[in-house]
Amino acid sequence: MAGFLLRRIGGIAVTLLVTSFLVFGSVHLAPGDPASFLLGGRSASPAAVAAIKEQYHLDDPFLVQYTKWIGGVVTGDFGKSATFRQDVGGLIAARLPTTLLLIGYAGVLILVGGLAFGALAALRRGVVDRAVLVGTGIATATPSFVAAIGLISLFAVRLGWFPAFGNGGGFGDRIYHLTLPAAALALTFVGLLARVTRTSMLEELGREHVEVARSRGVPGSDVVRRHVLRNALGPITTVTGTVVAGLLVATSIVETAFGLSGVGQLLVSSVTVKDFPVVQAVSLLVVLAFVTANLVVDLVHPLIDPRLSHAKGGKA
Amino acid sequence: MTAVPIHRRRLLAPLARIAGGDKLVTAALAVLAVLIVAAAFAPWIAPYDPDSVDLSATLSGSTPEHLLGADQSGRDVLSRLIFGARTGLLGPLVVVIVSTLLGMLIGVAAAWHGGVVDSVLSRAMELIFSFPALLLAIILVAVFGVGLTAPVIAMSVAYAPYVGRLARGVALQEKARPYIQAYKVQGWSGWVICVKHLLPNIAPLILAQSAINFGYALMDLAALSFLGFGVQPPTADWGAMINEGSSSLLQGAMLPALAPGVAIVITVVAFSLVGESIADRVARREQ
Amino acid sequence: MTTRLLEIENLTVRLAAGQAARPIIDGVSLHVEHGEAVGLVGESGSGKSVTCRSVLGLFPEGAEAAGGLRVDGADILTMSPTRLRDLRRRDASMIFQDPRASINPLRRIGDFVTEGLRASGVSRKGALDRAEELLESVGIRAPRAALRRYPHEFSGGMLQRVMIAGALAGGPRLLLADEPTTALDVTTQAEVVSILTRLQAERDMGMLFVTHDLELAAAICDRVYVMYAGRIVEAQSAEGLFSRPRHPYTSGLLAATPRLESDRPPHGVPGRPVSLSEAPSGCAFAARCAHARPGCTEHEPGLREIDGAQVACLRAEELIHD
Repeated sequence: MAGFLLRRIGGIAVTLLVTSFLVFGSVHLAPGDPASFLLGGRSASPAAVAAIKEQYHLDDPFLVQYTKWIGGVVTGDFGKSATFRQDVGGLIAARLPTTLLLIGYAGVLILVGGLAFGALAALRRGVVDRAVLVGTGIATATPSFVAAIGLISLFAVRLGWFPAFGNGGGFGDRIYHLTLPAAALALTFVGLLARVTRTSMLEELGREHVEVARSRGVPGSDVVRRHVLRNALGPITTVTGTVVAGLLVATSIVETAFGLSGVGQLLVSSVTVKDFPVVQAVSLLVVLAFVTANLVVDLVHPLIDPRLSHAKGGKA
Repeated sequence: MTAVPIHRRRLLAPLARIAGGDKLVTAALAVLAVLIVAAAFAPWIAPYDPDSVDLSATLSGSTPEHLLGADQSGRDVLSRLIFGARTGLLGPLVVVIVSTLLGMLIGVAAAWHGGVVDSVLSRAMELIFSFPALLLAIILVAVFGVGLTAPVIAMSVAYAPYVGRLARGVALQEKARPYIQAYKVQGWSGWVICVKHLLPNIAPLILAQSAINFGYALMDLAALSFLGFGVQPPTADWGAMINEGSSSLLQGAMLPALAPGVAIVITVVAFSLVGESIADRVARREQ
Repeated sequence: MTTRLLEIENLTVRLAAGQAARPIIDGVSLHVEHGEAVGLVGESGSGKSVTCRSVLGLFPEGAEAAGGLRVDGADILTMSPTRLRDLRRRDASMIFQDPRASINPLRRIGDFVTEGLRASGVSRKGALDRAEELLESVGIRAPRAALRRYPHEFSGGMLQRVMIAGALAGGPRLLLADEPTTALDVTTQAEVVSILTRLQAERDMGMLFVTHDLELAAAICDRVYVMYAGRIVEAQSAEGLFSRPRHPYTSGLLAATPRLESDRPPHGVPGRPVSLSEAPSGCAFAARCAHARPGCTEHEPGLREIDGAQVACLRAEELIHD
């Protein structure tokens, strides 16, 4: 197990290293002079140009530049934003709570909705199953920004139940403001998770040990909980890795659609104004979060299926 | 009057045959056919020029003149929807073609050569997997500027591993079959065997994956246009239309944003239905 | 007169429309007395497993059952779901063919053995203590530790012992064994059979032992029923069946068993079993029977009493000395 963990963390380190190299190097791929690119094409005083060259060590050879930059990143120093004239780390930190709350809220919706619809479809074959299949088919084909405008037109404009824009103040009000964004963010993934849950549960329902449990007088609800749902968790956990990756990127779309000031919206506005230090930092964070989520999935798997804890420790 | 349904049935018959009699898949194929025709013949089909402005109709809602209403600049939504099918389909088409070719090349090469080549290529694919497609596109937009080019390149790279992984798996299976060994013994070169015998056998599954990828690429590219990174206004594009139309939502005008949204959902559903039906058929044939 | 432990009377089970041309079980009658071991023998597809499972009210999806099916006088077919659950927990339990597939691989052994007890309201502690005793009685070493282990840590034979322990947990009077040794290797088979017969005698349980192995059934059972194409074709005492088989199919099955003491190579019953899509008229075995006469395919032969045996063959009397 320890060896497996070490290898996985090593793999993550390599991924992050390559990613950071690409993210950093992309500045030099851009047409024109890196200094003026980093200044976002704005005409700048010679002093500003000198400052940016100083900040990015642009007069050093490329690899030295990279090493100095990555050294800063590791200690949490992502440089200064060109537009906000502020530490990138601080910019992100200020917006992180909104984004995390949004992702957490959506995560709960996805988990509850996905499992409930998937289980419902697997256990109630026929009309219910078909309705869920059609519903999830449409849900997975609805991108978050389409869901966003649909939800805004129905619940904010037509019915006026929820606000269309803004963060809100205070925890309850924030949750209230985040309801439509979280729903827009969750919709596609609810469909995805429901489909995976349904398929996985149907497979488990056909297994001999489920019939055996019934033959022993175990109540139906216990059979579903202890044998069907429990055993279906493996594939469901695997798909959460994909869900996390999708969620992280989709926040930028949803936050923009609902005018929430979060990390995703920061990324989008930074691309628009060519504030490259911010783009670099957010991109690295997204990749880090994604690989971490997948590591967690890998670590959780042996807890779900005891047969895996042996195999992984032994394999070279 | 009776001529119309007969005419319609005659039109749908070949589609139904391709769909294997499945009504849903027939409908999906019909949707795709309509889209392709709309995109190809947009100037002849669309009732108005997509950029022509009729200020008296601004945010009008559905009227006999403007079936889907007009947007905040007084442009006909239906016409923009029809013209929007052009960029809407063209972008994903390029992405799917490039990523499929790239993925097949990588996948088959990895399976065929095995060893170091396989592990390097597999590692590279894993690396790209850890980079969400949309993020890669956003970074490239940040570097190269807005427009379709950077997103299409990013998506082509980001989608290649999906095809690559599939192609590698199928090619490994196929490679283990005796007939490939027989060709090798006869002294055929690896390339010839791959192109003439391996590819045709793995093509149906790849096609299924590509159809599903088409839908995803369409969603991602539309999302980028919605963010203002892809197709730029005033060009008629579904994602860009939603971006422009969303500001009119609060004034109660739903159609300018909702119509392209619905178009995206229908198109993606149609592509995934077709993709799944191809995959089903491959699975059934293998049984 | 005391009621029989298990009484099946003219049981017919039909699959959902369009799935089969004939009933999967066709007018089967059999019984098991308290403390008696009864064999049910047939090739795969003969309906023996379906008969066995139906005792617990487990039918194929969409199937329809008619006839009498009573455990201790209580009718399974009309029983309320709650009563049926109680019966499955306490009165009758089943040992399945493949322990690897029958025990949830993701749950601990202790969970499996105690599941039925916990469902009937026994405390966790009480159930675990009882499970420990049960594992010990089926010969599992360090039973306390075994409760915390997972199925993949056990061999097939050990896992089948766990299955037996689980089946005994509720203190059943009727044990249904559905090919309990088929999935095991030969040496393990003998161990499992001896555990099973010992516990059956110790606890005075009635047992319905389903197998395709006629010799095994004859060795451990008091009486044996032979099934073919959903019908009982012969029923008699184990030793009678072995020394004087009355039905040509039984003779064929006996000849198909490899013998240590004989130099003659075993020869299988020629032909293949009747599939569910075929509904032959008359005797279902006629197509494979060396003694078949034209009359055999005209009338369905009923079970007749001949010298203490029951046989469903038109020519049973003539063939007696074969």
